[in-house]
Amino acid sequence: MSRELLTGWGRTTPSAAEVLHPKTVAELTQMISLAGKRGIIARGLGRSYGDGAQCGGGLVVDTTDIKGVIQEDWEAGSFKVAAGTSLDNLIRYCLPHGWFLPVTPGTRFITVGGAVASDVHGKNHHKDGTFSRYVNSFTIVTPTSTLLATPDINSDIFWATAGGMGLTGILTEVTLSMIRIETAHMLVDIERTQDLDETMSKMEEGDESYRYSVAWLDCLATGKHLGRGILMRGDHAKSTDMSIGLRKFHSRHQSGKQNADTSLLEFNPTVRLQIPSNIPSGLLNRATVKIFNEIWFQKAPRKLLRKLLPLVSFFYPLDSLGNWNRLYGPAGFIQYQFVVPFGAAGELKKAIELIATSKYAAFLAVLKRFGPSGNGLLSFPMSGWTLALDIPLGAPGLAELLNKLDELIAGCEGRVYLTKDSRLTPELLPVMYPRLSEFKEIVKKTDPQGVFTSDLSRRLDLVSH
Amino acid sequence: MLQAAVAERLEDMKDSFGYPQSVLVLGGSSDIAGATLIELVKQRCRTVVLAGRNRDAMGSLATELHSFGATVVDLVDFDAVDVKTHEQIISNIFTKYKNIDLVLIAFGILGNQNEGEEDPLKAVCVAETNFTGAVSTCLWTVKYFKHQGYGTLVVLSSLAAERVRKNNFIYGATKAGLDGFAQGLGDSLVGSGIKVMIVRPGFVLTKMTKGTKSAPMPVTPDVVARSIVKGLELGKEIVWIPPFMRIVMSLVRHLPRPIFRQIKI
Ligand SMILES: Cc1cc2nc3c(=O)[nH]c(=O)nc-3n(C[C@H](O)[C@H](O)[C@H](O)COP(=O)(O)OP(=O)(O)OC[C@H]3O[C@@H](n4cnc5c(N)ncnc54)[C@H](O)[C@@H]3O)c2cc1C
Ligand SMILES: NC(=O)c1ccc[n+]([C@@H]2O[C@H](COP(=O)([O-])OP(=O)(O)OC[C@H]3O[C@@H](n4cnc5c(N)ncnc54)[C@H](OP(=O)(O)O)[C@@H]3O)[C@@H](O)[C@H]2O)c1
Repeated sequence: MSRELLTGWGRTTPSAAEVLHPKTVAELTQMISLAGKRGIIARGLGRSYGDGAQCGGGLVVDTTDIKGVIQEDWEAGSFKVAAGTSLDNLIRYCLPHGWFLPVTPGTRFITVGGAVASDVHGKNHHKDGTFSRYVNSFTIVTPTSTLLATPDINSDIFWATAGGMGLTGILTEVTLSMIRIETAHMLVDIERTQDLDETMSKMEEGDESYRYSVAWLDCLATGKHLGRGILMRGDHAKSTDMSIGLRKFHSRHQSGKQNADTSLLEFNPTVRLQIPSNIPSGLLNRATVKIFNEIWFQKAPRKLLRKLLPLVSFFYPLDSLGNWNRLYGPAGFIQYQFVVPFGAAGELKKAIELIATSKYAAFLAVLKRFGPSGNGLLSFPMSGWTLALDIPLGAPGLAELLNKLDELIAGCEGRVYLTKDSRLTPELLPVMYPRLSEFKEIVKKTDPQGVFTSDLSRRLDLVSH
Repeated sequence: MLQAAVAERLEDMKDSFGYPQSVLVLGGSSDIAGATLIELVKQRCRTVVLAGRNRDAMGSLATELHSFGATVVDLVDFDAVDVKTHEQIISNIFTKYKNIDLVLIAFGILGNQNEGEEDPLKAVCVAETNFTGAVSTCLWTVKYFKHQGYGTLVVLSSLAAERVRKNNFIYGATKAGLDGFAQGLGDSLVGSGIKVMIVRPGFVLTKMTKGTKSAPMPVTPDVVARSIVKGLELGKEIVWIPPFMRIVMSLVRHLPRPIFRQIKI
């Protein structure tokens, strides 16, 4: 046990807690009884941007020492893994055998436990839904018991835990189904759009024919370029796709693999560059970000079809930069992600306009269309448009802008993503998450004393004790 | 009647902008504190504890804060000079509210320089309030902040602390002592999750300065309040009001004493 100062990936709102590093599930289970009045919460790889994996003055259980595959069914593609296993490890383990994650966020450095607790989504949400849809069962340790939950057994706890931000207990084992793929490559169509209307209509028309779809928006472009972007859509490349592109691809990458089949599934990415810890705040300001966005936009092809991309560069473009969050300097940054229903396209435009015409340096934003919501009580995705953007802290007035956006979003029955949040007010939470009261009722049963607490739950009154 | 209309919500947490949800003011009837609280309630502050001697003044501030959206405004008896009682008072508040995101040290007296020179006991009272009382309350507060793992302590110092003047040296010295204490305290807490922000206003038009001769460029309490809120958002360690006084005072600080004592300010 050691006292550590913790923050989320955005590096705002630090708080100190006693951090525990259990090596076995038995150790972890015992630790819950050590929780005092300040409570306890699980922490995975700390990739949530806000204060969800912190518990000021209390206990934080680092789950990452309990990892690995416990049981596997290579035929069915079903794997029981320790909750502290990272997606990176899981991909390295399964991909050579032709199995891949059914849903993956924009980084592979998160734990399976964190993926369930935030019920994460990927670029395929409009087709495939969230992570919890592929979870067959999990084991969770609550203050009163250790129990198995599936969508049928203890289903209330199952759906309170999917997206429940660690407040129902600590996940120890998760069984999930992976998907079959033939290659470690993606076949991608890339298209530049000139403005928001074009971006949105292209997505509305074309998304259904792609398994994965996302648009990068230049949130600093204003006027007639407002909402211009780069669409990247595609699917896993089949081995037949590869035989067309393989020669070209391999000669360019000078890969000397003899066996085509294993090389098709090769996955061996490395972190290329570590960002040092002494970058000052202010490096990413409106001027530098504007230049970056411009270059990014101009260098993208106007239209390029069926491009073969390594899976890593399609799903995890940022993962090759270690600790890239340090680029924002000690002041840290906010990631703001919201979703509004399809019917509220006007509000979406208004929000993008407010951001683009403000004085803040919003980095490349990601726009996506979500499919229908799942059953997770606090799960974020729902049918509609979602936008995520990074904004550095340090320019006054940002709080006001984001408050205004909150109101706009809540006003059209949209919501912000809790795993990225560090500033929402408790008043808007029940409006954005109408199933909050059901969630609270279940937590009252699993945790009658209110042992599970995080800085997030304190700030937003997520649980009522 | 105004006391803790026990709210549904019992816990609080500051946000990314350093904006608190729960605030304790020691010196709850201070004009600067009142203006600051209104700005904080306009942000996200919902729970306020006012600790002080003047219940009437704190009561009317409570009404005003409710009208701006505060859900709980609690009044607590507190005397800065009665240091033996501080532990109990502060401990009760932290226990009752579970989290206090920000504590504002706002009590203070100007005293009267001439009277203090005539009757040293009066000077001692200024020192006991502004310095001793603050040392005690800051240290108790930090103990509880450590327990909760985070917290922001805002200390109202003064420009007078930057260089003590001959015609105001009793007050000036107490603030200089307080300012130095708060700087050292803040430095000692780096990495702990606890922040100390020192506020150095010039002449502010409040009941403290009423009837005294105004220094050049007086400001109103809401100017101070807005600077404090901005300082929190930007994570400042020292807030100068007005901001350019940082440069002026760094010159004043380096003036040779024979010259400094000639200047009438
Ligand atoms: C570059 C980047 C891109 C991202 N892209 C996406 C994206 O596309 N889609 C998306 O949905 N998210 C995305 N995220 C967010 C990220 O996927 C989630 O925040 C995820 O929960 C982080 O997992 P973690 O293991 O780091 O958990 P932490 O950040 O450590 O914790 C997050 C939450 O999970 C809880 N938790 C962790 N482990 C357990 C456990 N064993 N039992 C119970 N609760 C637990 C914690 O209590 C906390 O509430 C992205 C993050 C980054 C940094
Ligand atoms: N006004 C300025 O020009 C100026 C400039 C720089 C710094 N400051 C500092 O800012 C702070 C707030 O001052 P202000 O301008 O807001 O003046 P203020 O309205 O007079 O506030 C000071 C408060 O301190 C309280 N107080 C005094 N002695 C106390 C004690 N023993 N116990 C409890 N409370 C006590 C007073 O309460 P009672 O009602 O009980 O007396 C009063 O409400 C002070 O520290 C002051 O030194 C002021």
